[in-house]
Amino acid sequence: MKKLLQIIAVGFALFSTTLTAGDTIKIGAIVAATGPASFLGDPELKTLKHYTEKINAAGGINGKKLELVAYDTGANPKKAVTFTKRLLHKDGVVAIIGPSTSGETMAIIPMMEKAEVPLVSMAGAVAIINPVKKYIFKIVATDRMACQRIMQDLKDRKLTNLALISGSGGFGKSMRKQCKEVAPEYGIKIVADETYGKKDTDMTAQLLKIKNTADVQAVLNPGFGQGPAIVTKNFAQLKLTQPLYQSHGVASKKYIEIAGAAAEGVRLVSPPVVVADKLDDSHPIKKTALAYKNEYEKSTGSQVSSFGGHAYDALYVITNAIKAAGSEDPKKIRDEIEKTKNFAGVDGMVTMGAEDHLGLDTKSGMVLLDIKGGDWTIVK
Amino acid sequence: MTELFAFLLSGITVGFVYALVGMGFTVIYNSSGIINFAQGEFVMAGGMSMVFILAAGVPLVPAFALAILLTALLGILLWKLTDLSKDSSQVSLIILTLGFAIFLRGLAEVVFDKELHTIPSFVGDGSLELYGAILSYQSLLIIAVSILIVIVLWLFFKKTTLGKAMIAASDNVEAAKLMGINIKRILMLNFAISASIAAIGGVLLTPITSTNYEVGIMLGLKGFAAAIIGGLSNPFGAVLGGLILGIMEVLVAGYLSSEYKDAVAFVIMLAILFFRPGGIFSNLKAQRV
Amino acid sequence: MKTLKLSRSLIILAVILILIPFFMSNDFYYEIVIVALFNSMIVIGLNLLMGYAGQISLAHGAFAGLGGYISAVLVGHFGLPPLVSIGSALVFMALFAYIISKPILKLSGHYLAMATLGIGVIITIILNSEEELTGGADGMSVESLTLFGFELSESWQWYLLAALLLLFILWLIENLIDSPLGRILRSIHDSEKASSSVGVDVSHYKSIVFVISVVIATLAGSLYAFFSGFISPQEASFNHSIELVVMVVLGGMGRLYGAVVGAFILTALPQLLTSFEEYQTLIYGSIIILVMIFMPKGVISLFDRFDMGSHHAKS
Repeated sequence: MKKLLQIIAVGFALFSTTLTAGDTIKIGAIVAATGPASFLGDPELKTLKHYTEKINAAGGINGKKLELVAYDTGANPKKAVTFTKRLLHKDGVVAIIGPSTSGETMAIIPMMEKAEVPLVSMAGAVAIINPVKKYIFKIVATDRMACQRIMQDLKDRKLTNLALISGSGGFGKSMRKQCKEVAPEYGIKIVADETYGKKDTDMTAQLLKIKNTADVQAVLNPGFGQGPAIVTKNFAQLKLTQPLYQSHGVASKKYIEIAGAAAEGVRLVSPPVVVADKLDDSHPIKKTALAYKNEYEKSTGSQVSSFGGHAYDALYVITNAIKAAGSEDPKKIRDEIEKTKNFAGVDGMVTMGAEDHLGLDTKSGMVLLDIKGGDWTIVK
Repeated sequence: MTELFAFLLSGITVGFVYALVGMGFTVIYNSSGIINFAQGEFVMAGGMSMVFILAAGVPLVPAFALAILLTALLGILLWKLTDLSKDSSQVSLIILTLGFAIFLRGLAEVVFDKELHTIPSFVGDGSLELYGAILSYQSLLIIAVSILIVIVLWLFFKKTTLGKAMIAASDNVEAAKLMGINIKRILMLNFAISASIAAIGGVLLTPITSTNYEVGIMLGLKGFAAAIIGGLSNPFGAVLGGLILGIMEVLVAGYLSSEYKDAVAFVIMLAILFFRPGGIFSNLKAQRV
Repeated sequence: MKTLKLSRSLIILAVILILIPFFMSNDFYYEIVIVALFNSMIVIGLNLLMGYAGQISLAHGAFAGLGGYISAVLVGHFGLPPLVSIGSALVFMALFAYIISKPILKLSGHYLAMATLGIGVIITIILNSEEELTGGADGMSVESLTLFGFELSESWQWYLLAALLLLFILWLIENLIDSPLGRILRSIHDSEKASSSVGVDVSHYKSIVFVISVVIATLAGSLYAFFSGFISPQEASFNHSIELVVMVVLGGMGRLYGAVVGAFILTALPQLLTSFEEYQTLIYGSIIILVMIFMPKGVISLFDRFDMGSHHAKS
């Protein structure tokens, strides 16, 4: 009798059987829509939903409607793992978009490879596609690219002593490593190297250490989400005067909102979409970026963020591949993704290849911005 | 030297918040023998409520009062639940308060959201400069209010009839009942006081460290460690415990390793539990305050 | 030597476990059940500690997680074969548990709970911080399990392993409880003073129970790491430890099969609530509160009317 309860419990778990009709093409999405990376995941989710509807309104893909199955992980790698399993085994998706963060991406790569289903990640760490893995792609500028751009700027400004304060989540950790590797090539010396946790809400101790380090000329904060916003606030509270650099992990108005007045004067690298209207007309992706920016802002009522742009690119890279493959076989879709050529994404021009599962052209894909008056300005 | 001083100031500020949380623990424990695992969530409730009430346009002082009141009510709710429980063994009560903590977190997720929120400092963005170290006005406020609360509580327990009745009740329930003291009412009041103290701490801290639905977990655990360090039988021990904790944390983060900052509270707590479970004050004051 | 018995409850459970695969329509459902089986193991050990030895532990998630990490790291970083790694983890955790049990078990009631909490949190922080070894907050991948050259890759294989292991552990524990050792444990639970007055080395026996519960947790935690191919500090978190305690209480403290019921219910619960994803935490908290107020003896006490000769400590 007692065991009856057990049976019932298990039975309940089975209760939610899915009756797949098989007449839609299912694409999975793993986003960090809530939690410490919500200003990455929330615009991503909104973008995916909006454009899925748009594609369906125009007739779908290969005559079938697109079905988006999205899960929110709160930037928790363990949840990413669980939801990926769910997408692969229960929902039966042909491709997965996401996750939003590098840590989550690294966690699910083995599973995607084993299942032979393509993944287009919206995260930044270069380790995702280097070394190249057959089924793993990404459409966001890498942390290494960000480091190189920033180091170049430091060199141009003759600032040689750099202090690092990095988030310990996947992207922060990875970018820190990349920057330390890349710095000597530009003549930059790392004089301080602090870290903070993903959910930390106070970085004063670490910043105090930096403040008390001799001769720091600039500070760089690899990270994403709420961490850098708090670092920025603490930075101002402690009255640090050196220039503060951020990565594209903060390329969203939300960052400025949370950091408040402290964000004034911060310099960062960013995908071009956030300043789409300020780009030169000759910029190769100005049209796509501007169209996306306007549509996103109109449909959601909020300011465009680069992260939503990642989602747009991922969705279209995949749907273009499905169209080109003329089939729903994940293996064929993967082949077509790899053949992406001159795709005018919101993030930049994309041309992939067997050795390059990112294919992003750095020149068109990255801009240097300053925050002035609560808004972005392009640094010439 | 200025670096050390800066660390100390930072440590004292956060130490007072731990102290407030810890005091709440000991007040409840002293009157009911219950370890309230939801104490940290009361801090969160105070901070989060304040954020949303302010956002609704309510002016500062009424918003503050309202946030504290709401949290006090949650405290009373918890008391009621412990009262209803059929099994009052220690394990059951611990789990009940743990469940309530999870409940509050879930409630915050639903009623508010999962995002990080902040509010502007209550006393402006200025700061004092002392020996090269910076102390923001908000931090000063935290220190001042905490000291005030400690004094008020001390006076309450020592000088007022109600306060003395509470002490009596925690010392000897039967005798207190014989004297006509309404035990239930006292317990309820204790929970309300604990929750309020925690909420005040939460509200004051939010301009400095921001808040979200999860802040209660670590704060609660550390406040708890502060209480143990000071000694569960003495609410004012928690103040010392909190300060020691706050300072040690910042010193470890500053001079040793910032990653292990959070571990400091628990290492010290374990040391106390193993070598002097009654807390620092255990041999100094035999009776509870 | 008293004959080892096979209880009726065990047989019923075995039958149910044999029937379950027929209901498994895909891998995902299998996974829920397998995880529930692993949780059941940990909870049985924890139940032994809490119900029979009367010691509360808020660190069993940490022990399971730490055990899992040790196995994962030994395989991943040092290239040891899985069985050796798991074995090493078991030995290490047994020693570790024995050493910390001495000072910890001198404490009682909530002080004991706090001490275990402290240890658990410290373990989690270490796992989060030692990034080079553990991958830090983002966790690390774990290779698949190969037993005697045979790789466990299919769900049904894992299910078989987990189910057999669970039955075996239950059988062992049941016989332990009925043995002289078990009687000593029960007498300690009833009254430490009385037992020590008749010459029982109370602290020694409490340590033994503690070590047993930690060893089982380590085994389950290690297997779970191999099974899911991934381990993160979440496994060792305070939240997970609480979950395990709730499973014990939900099922019924001191009731072995209650532990299994509790584990299954709480493991399946999040999956049932995915449509109410935002309300999950709220519902979870409410359930704990309601159970503690109205059913403190656990869900299984509802079925006490149908006495099936279950094993439970008389309290």
